[in-house]
Order: sequence, then structure tokens, then C-alpha cells
Amino acid sequence: MQLLDGVDLGYGGIAVLQDVRLSVAPGERLALLGRSGSGKSTLLAALMDAILARDLRVALVPQDAALVPQLNALRNVLMGRLDDHSAFYNLRTLIRPRRVDRDAALDALDQVGLVPEAGRAVEGLSGGQKQRVALARALHRGGDVILGDEPLSAVDPRQAEALAKIIRGAFPTAVLALHDVAIARAFATRVIGLRNGVILFDLPVADLDAARIEALYGR
Amino acid sequence: MGASMSRLGVVGVFLAAALLCLPLADMTVASHDPWAALARMGRGFLTPDFSALEQISRAVAQTLAFAIAGVALGGMAGLCLAPFYRLRAVRGLAIGLRSVHELFWALMLLQVFGISVWSGVLAIALPYAGIFAKVLSEIMDEADPRPAAWLGPRADPLTRFLWTRMPLARPQMVNYALYRLECGLRSSAVLGFIGLPTLGFQLDSFFRQGEYGAAGAVMAIYIALIATVRLWMRPRLVILWLGAAALMLATVQAPPMGQGALWRFLSDIVPAPLRQGDPAGVVPWLWHLLDGAILPGLMATLVVAQLALILAGAVAFLGQALIVPRVAGRAGAAAGHLLLVILRSFPEYMLAYLFLQVFGPSMLPAILALGLHNGAIIGHLLGRQAAALTLRPDAPRGLTLWGWEIVPRLFGSFLALCLYRWEIIIRESAIMGILGIATLGFYLDSAIGELRIDRAVAILAATGLVTIGVDALSRAIRARLGAASLRMSGSRQAVRARQATGC
Repeated sequence: MQLLDGVDLGYGGIAVLQDVRLSVAPGERLALLGRSGSGKSTLLAALMDAILARDLRVALVPQDAALVPQLNALRNVLMGRLDDHSAFYNLRTLIRPRRVDRDAALDALDQVGLVPEAGRAVEGLSGGQKQRVALARALHRGGDVILGDEPLSAVDPRQAEALAKIIRGAFPTAVLALHDVAIARAFATRVIGLRNGVILFDLPVADLDAARIEALYGR
Repeated sequence: MGASMSRLGVVGVFLAAALLCLPLADMTVASHDPWAALARMGRGFLTPDFSALEQISRAVAQTLAFAIAGVALGGMAGLCLAPFYRLRAVRGLAIGLRSVHELFWALMLLQVFGISVWSGVLAIALPYAGIFAKVLSEIMDEADPRPAAWLGPRADPLTRFLWTRMPLARPQMVNYALYRLECGLRSSAVLGFIGLPTLGFQLDSFFRQGEYGAAGAVMAIYIALIATVRLWMRPRLVILWLGAAALMLATVQAPPMGQGALWRFLSDIVPAPLRQGDPAGVVPWLWHLLDGAILPGLMATLVVAQLALILAGAVAFLGQALIVPRVAGRAGAAAGHLLLVILRSFPEYMLAYLFLQVFGPSMLPAILALGLHNGAIIGHLLGRQAAALTLRPDAPRGLTLWGWEIVPRLFGSFLALCLYRWEIIIRESAIMGILGIATLGFYLDSAIGELRIDRAVAILAATGLVTIGVDALSRAIRARLGAASLRMSGSRQAVRARQATGC
């Protein structure tokens, strides 16, 4: 599917990314690489809009997690499916979730290893735990595509590897901004390198070599 | 934003205006021996007499009941209005509700319901609903928008509200509701002065009987009640308190009103010439009203308010470091705290009532009460800011610190807070008329006394317009001073700004 075709992306009239063309085929897993400020988040936001405009179901893991700190982990996960139900149904879920919803949300929490924390308010969790709650919310939501902005930045490397595997199993198509090249190699089918608002390269993961990585991150 | 008005220039203009007001102010001491009266009162307060326990505790319970019921009703109504505050009709309704003071609401409601529970509860609930609607909508706007955005475009508004906005804003909302309950306790007590069975009524009757010791006991209990709000009002106990308040209010015995009081009130609102089928008579009616009530009342209101503002400014300017231990010493700071708490706890109206007993009827009691109460509020807010300043380790102490560090650093805040309180001082000056000082409230009260409700409503509208005008003027001056930034981001700043404009 052709998602972006020759558009300038940015905020407040300042173009961060210029003349972007991007198509994502179903089944592809994209990794966005680049230093902070290179335009990864801008590209993800534009992809989000483009995907929504095509009426596809998308699960989002934003960089700042966007959880409700006062609610417990279980309810934050349950938020993943609120737009599937009526206001009345959601009100009931807020007061006391139905058995099936509860089990489904606990299943998502189980995948990220947070079942013991299900009843705790998110404000009391660590940074890595919050990130896993946000991931569990996306898993609970499910959909055609997952969009993640550094979704594994606060968890330790071994956990990150396991979580990347879970994401791969749960979503047919994925676009993740990643900071860890090794994880990107293991996870993605295709990598996009961004530097200073320009797409430096867009190639199959097998073609990613040391010179390209140096060009991306070097001085 | 750069400042386009000089701060000292603004202070100069306000001082000059106060000097012009001075010859117009009636500041005579009307009682023949104020010092003896003051001594009697002081003795009463220092030796409170709790023997009239039954009467006092009944008045305390009624004060609590009216406050809790009024704030709860106003809070619920405000919460229902808050999500729709962006709609012009809702905003207009809220502004209208809160532009009329509780006491004025009560005076009008008494015409409809008589001395009944509804007069007192609605007098608090109606203006508070308007205030709650505004503040709760602000609190919800300040809440983190990202979780709501995450839900995507398909989630319905109620779900978005209950799952994201509501839990995020809840701590601030509870905090604000508690603060409003403190305000409600003040309002409820003051309603006693116009006949409802709360502390003000009890205080008034003790004073009339010369029982200063019993009056002192009422004051002591009142201060304790307000100072401990956050201890006895817990979110878990709300239902219990509400039930107790309802039970207490059910025991209030109201004299029955005649049939059709509401209808009579509504038809009385219409200007008399219109009611008598003489539309041409409206202009002379209005002119008579302007000339005989609104303009003199307005003049007196502005004079009282101007002098009170200067007094409040002076109290706050000198007292801003009173609660900072580095300036006043540890014991001095504790004493300063106590003084400011006492002056803040008493509503202006009650302070004015006390001063009236001492000095007799003139503008003096009103000016003193408004100046001391508002000065204490500004001083307290500035003191908290001063205590939070990060000073270098070798910073001076005492008066040198006050003059060289605190005053210059906080001068912008000081001016902004004074300008915020200006509008409130105007509102309260109008209210003071009910005590017999010739401000707008006096003319309103006498219009109601003569059962000329049409005139009362017109005076009420004039009072509202003046308040709105002063509010706009104060905002314009703050913007030109670059002092509007008190309303900065950060929840602590926002809380402070709300208290600056609160009770």
C-alpha cells in the first residue's frame, strides 16, 4: 500500500521531512533508524494519519506511553479496545470489567510479564514497566499494523529481544522507530535511515552494512 | 512579553486615586468609647465562655450542614456544566451565576422561599456552580491530553471523558473541592447575619445580649473548624457527611410562605412602570434609580474599595515576609502564620461586623475588614512564594533580606495579586452595604425591604457590570505590566492563581 506520496512533513509550517514517498506492503516489518531529532516521530505521526485514512486498524505505542497514571495497569490495557464498544459498555468496564475482557487484558499483560502488577496504579510503576503496559495495551488492541516510537527503549536488551519477537507474532505489519541496531536487524525486514530530515537509505535489512550505519550515526 | 507600563507608575496611580477618595470617605468613629468596646471584646475572645454549648453546637452543625449541602449541590452542577464550558450559553450561564454574591443571592431567595433550607443551600450552590464550572473545566483542560489522543477518533466523548480526562484531573478536582468547602463554611456562617440559623446568627444574638465570652467561643470554634477541614473531610466520608447534613437540614423549621411567592417574585422583577402598562415611564424610573441609588451607591463602593485595596497592599507588602523564618525568626514566623491564618479565616463580612461593634457605623469598619483580610491572603500567598525562593548560602537575614531580596523579587507577584484581589474587594465592598454602610448593597437591601424587587434587580445588575468592568481593567493592567504570567503552566502555579481569586 502506498502510504505517503511526495509530501512535506513537519509542524507549525516548518518541514522536518521533505518530499517523502513511502509505501508499506502488508507483511513488511519496517525499522526506522536515526539519531534523535532526525524526523522519526514526525514520519510515524504521518503514517498514523495515512493508515487511519485508509480505515485500517492500527495499534500505537507512543514514545511517552500516554498512559493514565491514576488508573491501574489492567485498566490501561483495557483502554486498547474502548472504541469497539458503546459508552455504556465502557462505563461498565471502568467500574467492573466483564470476565472475558479481563481475561483478554490479563493475557496481554502476561505476554509482557506484568500480571503481578495488574492491580497497581501505573504511576507507581518503573519506566520500563510503564513501557511494557503501553505495549500490552497495543497487544490487547491488535490490528493490521503496529506503530511504535522507541517502544523498547526503557527495557533491558534481553527483554527487548523477547518483546520484539512477541510484536512480530502479534501484528502482520509493523513500523517501529528503534535505537538499537541489533534489535532492528533481528526484527525488521526493511530498514529506513533518517538523518536531518532526509531519508538516507531505504533497503532490505540484509543490505544494512557498517558503512551505512556510520553514515547514519557518525559525525 | 515586555512590560509597557511601569510597575511603580501603576502603584503611583492607585495611591493618587486613594488620596482623591480620602476626602469622600466617611471615617468617623461613631461610637463614643471604642477602646472600652474593644477591651470588652478582647476580654471575651481571650476568655471564651462555652457554657451556651447547646446553642453554639447547634449553630455549628447548621453551618456545616448548609456549607456541605450547598458546596455538594454546586459542585455536582458545576461538574455537569464543566465539559460543556466551551459552549457560549453554558459559559454565559456560569458567568451570570457567579457574578452575584452569595449574600445577594440569599436576599433574593429569601423573597421566594422565606427563611428556609432552600434559601441557604441555593444561595451557596448557585454561585458556586458557576465557579466550579469554570475552574473544573480549566483543570480538565490542563490534564495531559495524550491518553485521550491515543484513544483515536472513533471513541465516543463520554468514554474519552471518563477513562482519560476524569482520572487525570481527579486529584486537582478533589483538592479544589476541599478549598471550596472552606469558602462554603465562610459563606454559610455569614448567611447567619441575614437570618439563616448559622454561626453568624448566633454571633449576632450573643453580641446583642452583650455576651462577649460566648461570642468568643463561637469565634474559636469557627477558626478550629476551618483550619481542620482537610482532617475531617475525607473523600471516603463524603456520603456520611452528606447524609448527616441532610438530616441536620431536615430539622430546620421554616415559617411557611404564602401561596404563589415565586410567581409574585417573578412578576415583581418587571420594572414597575411596565407592570402598570406605562412603557414611557421606564426612563424616569431608571433615572430616578440611577440618581437616587446606583450612582451614590457606586461612588461609596468605589471609595471603600480603593482605600481597602491600598490598606490590603500595605498589609501584604509589610507582611509578605512575616512567615519566612529567615526574616522574622522562628518564633516570629510562627506568630506571623497564626496572625495571617486568623485574618484569612474570618470572612470580610464577619470582620466588618466586629469592627462595626467597636467603631460604630461608618466606612472605617468596612475598609479595615477588607484591607486586613485581603492583605492577609496576599501576604500568605507571597510568603509561601518567598519561602520557596532559592537564596544563596550567604544571603542576609532579617530586614535586609526582606528589602534586598524578597521585595524586589516578588514585586511583580505582589502587584498581580493585588490586582486579582481588586475585583473581589469591589464585590465585597458592595456587600458591606447590608451592614448599613452606604455602598450598593445598602440600596439593594433597602429596595428589598420596601418589596421593590424590580429596583433590587436593577441594582444587582449594576453591581455585576461594575465587577465585570473592574475585572477587565485589572486584566488589561496585568497584561501591560507583564504580570499576567501568574497563571503559568504547572499545577502549583494554577492552584495559587485560583486561591488568589478565590474566597
